[in-house]
Amino acid sequence: MAQQVDRSRAHNAYVAAYEAFAVNGAGASPEWLKGKRAAAIARFADAGFPSTRDEAWRFTDVKPLVESVFEVLGGASTADAVALSPHVVPDETSAVLAVVNGRVAPHLSRMPSFPGGAVVMGLREALDQAHPAVEQHLGTSGADLRTPFGALNTAFLSDGAFVFVPRGVRLSVPIQVLFFTDVGSAGDNGLVFPRLLVVVEDEAEATVVETHAGGDGDRYWTSPVSEYVVGVNAQLDSYRIQRDSGNAYHTAVTHSRLARDARCAMVTFSFGAALSRQDLVSVLGGEGAQSTLNGLSGLGGRQHVDYHTTLDHAQPHCNSWEYFNGIFGDRARGVFSGRIIVRQGAQKTDSKQTNNNLLLSANARADSQPQLEIHADDVRCTHGATLGPIDETHLFYLRSRGLNLADARKLLTYGFASEILNSVRYQRLRDWLDVLVQQRLAALTGDTATA
Amino acid sequence: MGNEHMLEIHDLHAAVEGSEILKGIDLMVRPGEVHAIMGPNGSGKSTLAQLLAGHPAYEVTSGTVRFGGRDLLEMEPDERAAAGVFLAFQYPVEIRGITNAYFLQSAVNAIRKTRGEEPLDTIDFAELLDAKLKAIGWDDSLVYRAVNEGFSGGEKKRNEILQLSVLEPSLAIMDETDSGLDIDAVKAVAEVVNRFRSPERSFIVVTHYQRILNYLTPDYVHVLAHGRIVRSGGKELALELEAKGYDWTKSELVAAG
Repeated sequence: MAQQVDRSRAHNAYVAAYEAFAVNGAGASPEWLKGKRAAAIARFADAGFPSTRDEAWRFTDVKPLVESVFEVLGGASTADAVALSPHVVPDETSAVLAVVNGRVAPHLSRMPSFPGGAVVMGLREALDQAHPAVEQHLGTSGADLRTPFGALNTAFLSDGAFVFVPRGVRLSVPIQVLFFTDVGSAGDNGLVFPRLLVVVEDEAEATVVETHAGGDGDRYWTSPVSEYVVGVNAQLDSYRIQRDSGNAYHTAVTHSRLARDARCAMVTFSFGAALSRQDLVSVLGGEGAQSTLNGLSGLGGRQHVDYHTTLDHAQPHCNSWEYFNGIFGDRARGVFSGRIIVRQGAQKTDSKQTNNNLLLSANARADSQPQLEIHADDVRCTHGATLGPIDETHLFYLRSRGLNLADARKLLTYGFASEILNSVRYQRLRDWLDVLVQQRLAALTGDTATA
Repeated sequence: MGNEHMLEIHDLHAAVEGSEILKGIDLMVRPGEVHAIMGPNGSGKSTLAQLLAGHPAYEVTSGTVRFGGRDLLEMEPDERAAAGVFLAFQYPVEIRGITNAYFLQSAVNAIRKTRGEEPLDTIDFAELLDAKLKAIGWDDSLVYRAVNEGFSGGEKKRNEILQLSVLEPSLAIMDETDSGLDIDAVKAVAEVVNRFRSPERSFIVVTHYQRILNYLTPDYVHVLAHGRIVRSGGKELALELEAKGYDWTKSELVAAG
C-alpha cells in the first residue's frame, strides 16, 4: 500500500502547484488558455500517474517520478552560451531559439530575419501579441489526452517556442529550438514543461530541429509537448534530438497533424536520460498525406527508452513509413510500441513499420510491439521487428575482408545507426549527428567491454 | 610458376556441431595455379572454402594447413585476409547502412594497417577504386549502394569480384561464384578471374557446374565427395564430369573405402 500513498502525495502536490500557478503565474493569460489549463489539470487529477498495470505503461515504470515531488522550475537560470553550445547544431546559417527551463532566453538565441512573415518567437510573446495561429492551434492536437504528463504540461503552460511559416513561404533557414534544463539551486528535483508549437501553413516548407538537453549529470524531470501542424501540400522536415542528462527523466508527447498532400518527415534520436518515454503521434488527416517517422536510440548503463508511436490514417491514399533502430549496451532497455490505425474509409493506405534492435550485451533488453487497427479493406500495412546481438555471419564477412573483431563490430554497429542517419536530409545536422553517434557508439561498445 | 607451395593442406579433418564433414583432405597449390574443386551437394566443397577463410563454425579435428609457410589454422580471419587469403562468398552478406565504397575503404585500410602502411584517405581511395573499375570495365553503380542490400544474385556475385580486384589477394577462393548466374554473367566472372591471373596469384574455384571451366582453364581439377578428394586430374576431368555427372562418386567411394 506504500506505493498508493506515494502516488497520491505526488499527485496532490502537482494539483496544489497548479492552484498556486493559476493564481500567481498565469494571471495575464487569455481566457481561452486559462480554460485549457483548467481542463488539463482536471484531466491529470482524474488520470493520475500511470502504473505498470496500465497496458500502455507495462514496460515503463515511472516510480522515480512518483517517489519524489518535483518542483516546477521558473525561468530563472544562469545557464550561459557555454552550457548550451554542445547542443547547438554547428550551422551558422540556422536560427536558434533557446528555451531554458521552459522560458525563452533571447540572449542565448540567434535570429536572422525571415522572409514573408515567418515567425520564430517565444510562445509568451506570441500570446501577448494574440497571434491568431496560436489561439487556433495551441493545445488543439489532443496531445494532452495522450498521457497524464501531456496534460500536466498544458496545465502549466506559460511560455515555450512558436514557429510559424505562412502560406506559400519556403523557409530555407533551418530552425533549431533548443530546450535546456538548468536545475540551478533547485537541487535534484527540478521539473520543466517545454512547449513547442510549429505551424507550417498551406504550401509552405520548413526544417525544424527540436533539441532537449540539460546540465551534465543533473537529475531533473522534463515533460515536453510539441505540436506540429502541417498545411495542405506543405512540407515539414522535423528532427527531435533527446540528449538529456543521464540522470534525467523525460516524458514527451509529440503530435503532428497533416492536411491534404502534406509531407512530414520526422527523425528522432534518443541518447540521453535515465528514463524516457516518448509518445509520438502523427495524424494523416487529409488525402494524399505522407508521414515518415524514423528513430534511433543509443543507450547504455541502465538507461531506458520507451517509444509509443501512433500513425493514424484518417483519410484515404495516405502513406506512412516508420523505421526505428535501437542500439542497447550494458543493462539498457528499449521499448517500441508501434500503433497503426487505419480509420474507416481510409482506403489505399500504405503503411510500413520496421523496428530493429541491436543488443550489445547479454543484459540489454528490447521489447517490440506492433499494434495494427485496421478498419478499411483496401490497404497495405506491413510491420517487422528484429532483435538480437550482432550477427556472426556478418562479423565473419567483414573479418574475411581484413577488419579485426573490434573494427568489424564497430562498422556493423555504425551501419545499423547509419540507416537512420541517412534519412536526415539537413546536411549540416547529419554531419553533426554522425559525429555524435560515433562518440555515443564508442561509449556503448566500451560499456560492453567492461560489462 | 614457382616450385614452393603457397598452400599445403595435409589430412584435414573438420566437423561442424560434432558431425565430421571433411574426412582427410590433401591439397597442394603453387603460386599462379588455378585449382577447380568440383563435387555434388554436401560433398564438403563450401566447408573447405569457408574453413580456409577462418569461418568460426568449423572445428578442425586433425590435419594441418600451411599458407606461405605459416600455420593458417592459428590465424584469425582478418590475419588471413592481411596475409592474402580472399574468399568470394557463395552467399554474400548484406550490410545495411554502409556503402560499398566505405566498406572497401575500411577493408583496404585494415589490411594496409597490418602491413604497416599508411591508410588511404577518401580521395586517394576513390582514385584507386575508379582505376579498378575502369580496369575491369564496370561502372560505379554498385559502389555507392549499401553493401549487397537489395542486390540481385548476380550483383552480389559481381560485388565479390569487385572486392577481389580491390583487395588483390594472393589466394582467391571462389565459393560457387558461378552458381545462379546466367551464361553472360558466368563469362564476366571468368573474364575478371582471367585478368587477375598472375604468376603470384592462385585460385581455388569451387563449383558445382563444369560451365565456368569453359572460360577459365584450370591447371587441376579435383573431385570432392563425402569429405574426401576422390579424384584429381587436369581440365579434361571436368569434361568427363560434365558427361558422367556425379553418381559414379558413390561407387568410387565404396571402392576407395
